Amino acid sequence: METVWFVLVALMLAGYVVLDGFDLGAGALHLIAARTDEERRLVLGSIGPVWDGNEVWLLAAGGTLFYAFPLLYASSFSGFYLPLNMVLWLLVLRAIGIEFRAHLANGLWRDFFDGVFSLASLLLIVLFGAALGNVIRGVPLGADHYFFVPLWTDFRTGPQPGALDWYTVLCAVVTIAIIAQHGALYLILKTSGELNRRLRTIANILLPAVVALTAASLWASVGVRAELLDNYRATPAGWIIPVLVAAALIGIFRFTRSGREREAFLSSCVFILTMLVGAAFALYPVLLPSSGDPTLSLTIHNAAAGARSLSVGLGWWSAGMAVAIGYFVLVYSLFKGKVHLHSNGHL
Amino acid sequence: MGEALFIHRLHFAFTVTYHYIFPQLTMGLAPLLVVLKTLALRTGNPVYDQATRFWSRIFAINFVAGVVTGIPMEFQFGTNWAKFSELTGGVIAQPLAMEGVFSFFLESAFLGLFLFGEKRLSRIAHWWAGFALFLGTWMSGYFIVVADAWMQHPVAFNRLPNGSFEVQGFSGVLTNPWALVQYSHVMSGALITGAFVMAGAGAFYLLSHRAPEFGKMFVRIGVIAGVIATILQIFPTGDIHGRYMAEYQPASTAAMEGLFHSEKGAPLVILGQPDVEHQRIDNPLVVNRLLSFLIYGTPTAEVDGLDHFPRENWPTSIPLVYFAYHIMAGLGTIFVAIMGLALLLLWRGTLYGMRGMLWILMLAVPLPFIANTAGWLTAETARQPWLVYNLLRTDQGFSANVSSANGLFTLLGFMGMYAMLSIFYLFLLQRVVDEGPEASA
Repeated sequence: METVWFVLVALMLAGYVVLDGFDLGAGALHLIAARTDEERRLVLGSIGPVWDGNEVWLLAAGGTLFYAFPLLYASSFSGFYLPLNMVLWLLVLRAIGIEFRAHLANGLWRDFFDGVFSLASLLLIVLFGAALGNVIRGVPLGADHYFFVPLWTDFRTGPQPGALDWYTVLCAVVTIAIIAQHGALYLILKTSGELNRRLRTIANILLPAVVALTAASLWASVGVRAELLDNYRATPAGWIIPVLVAAALIGIFRFTRSGREREAFLSSCVFILTMLVGAAFALYPVLLPSSGDPTLSLTIHNAAAGARSLSVGLGWWSAGMAVAIGYFVLVYSLFKGKVHLHSNGHL
Repeated sequence: MGEALFIHRLHFAFTVTYHYIFPQLTMGLAPLLVVLKTLALRTGNPVYDQATRFWSRIFAINFVAGVVTGIPMEFQFGTNWAKFSELTGGVIAQPLAMEGVFSFFLESAFLGLFLFGEKRLSRIAHWWAGFALFLGTWMSGYFIVVADAWMQHPVAFNRLPNGSFEVQGFSGVLTNPWALVQYSHVMSGALITGAFVMAGAGAFYLLSHRAPEFGKMFVRIGVIAGVIATILQIFPTGDIHGRYMAEYQPASTAAMEGLFHSEKGAPLVILGQPDVEHQRIDNPLVVNRLLSFLIYGTPTAEVDGLDHFPRENWPTSIPLVYFAYHIMAGLGTIFVAIMGLALLLLWRGTLYGMRGMLWILMLAVPLPFIANTAGWLTAETARQPWLVYNLLRTDQGFSANVSSANGLFTLLGFMGMYAMLSIFYLFLLQRVVDEGPEASA
């Protein structure tokens, strides 16, 4: 049962990264790719009706994590206290950046909120990337299952690391490239004309960076935590995951070149999804590794809620998520195709 | 340790109190939007569509503020109350996760359709989008109240050998009788806020000699909803809630009422300041035997005072509990008077021209926000020193690994962030009100 919840929570988080990833990426590129007020309204219009729903995946995943693995929720949220609170502030800023911008037709007002939105999006990507790096590298868990990481110490991955060290910064940089590309591919799908051409150029520049940085981060990950390969050795079928990652990268390359915008974006979704599945597969059954004594790691066994809670939860979770996916199909099907100005109230 | 506990309590108190300014209006306006939309459908009169659009703009700004201040709450259980989360996650996260899965997805999908879909959707479909939004906000409220109600009155749980809690079944926590009572009280409180805001806006337009058609409509709908909600707030919801408190949290009731000594025929303290050191009420204004009557239905029944309970189980701040409760109850009583009088004048057809009454309606707009805040303050401070009543003490629940300095750092950060948010919120609302419903054609 713990394994089922591990898979569900991992899928929800992966769903969050794939979905909110494209609007975060669009945000990071907002100031660079979209120059005029019209173009910026197109970018915002491309994510306007969906970004809020995408972000709900984070809340729903957080709530589900809280329910299924209360100790992991408690330990990691308090241990990553400072970066997590910064994430919360950035989520506040980003949301008001998107939502308050349109209320005034004033150039300064709009420039201000464009800047808030874009900068907050970029910093969120940095923090999320570093967070993933922290989970892979491990944290200084104590015998009481708790820890506290400062923002940084000496930038080394020793037993007492900070939230930022060379490895997690690398992860943040990789994440910027991947998520920015994801956002660019989404915006290409939703726009046309000059903006579309500029985004293609950006995507073409980002792709080699994504490939090189992904390779570097995988190599660094195994260097930081050699145990990551244990599950792949024990279950060789797992090697299908990196094969899919590579296939998705090739897909992004081929489909971008041939102008098949939808397929290129979907390849990017598969790329992100398989990267995260690969990480989750490598960590299992560990949820949060210890950077010191490995027996102190939080696992699905010592961090799960009571057996009764886990079995009861499966019912309402499945029902709720089935309905939620229904809403997503509805909203995305109402919102398919290219965005044009004045086609909805967001513009 | 003591300082860290204080900072973590203040952290949650500040962020949740600020947050609840917005959802109470969201939940209060949502049914009124459905009413406006229904009137538009049934009468075919376009002014109701225009009114719906006007209130949708206010609703949208308010909704954003509610969402952005709500997201931190979902995470703050873990960041600042880690030990509490670790022990109770198997129970309390059920309603919290269900809120995400059942309400937030619903709201996020239909908010956009309601706000921007009027031209794309049919009139019926647009009504349903509004109704779905109303449903989402009210379900959201239920899940949160369920979580709080379990802390007030824990039911349907097993305690595991490691001290943590798990649910006994799916429905036990969701059908906690305390939650049903608390929810009806909280929701009629939200409706009071929505009603006073709508009536107050209407009074503003009538007093400013603008948009009289809309001014009258807002006053009429606000007063009718307000009468219903203010009465429900006291009877039956407040009445039953009070009896529940007296039965299951008697020490909380004693603190709320300022009753230091157990008494047969206990008086109801209307005004006065609790003097904890001397265990008495200073400057008292009381009604003899009324408290016994309100709780037990007989004026001679004995009510337990604080002296009945061990000192370490007294609420941490008796004066805060006492004042919060008296502010809530006092304002609640005043609301019935305001709305009752307004209804009488409405019925006699003189309300729209009676500037004195319109001034009262306009100036009363902040009061329900204060009353709702005071109500929650009562519930949460009267439960002290417990996080989970009689099972888990507050000083055992906070994140011991987060220092008071780090707690203060993020508290100050939230204060700065929310100060900025307040400025934008008021500025944008002022613009909508200034442009007026005439502009929403």
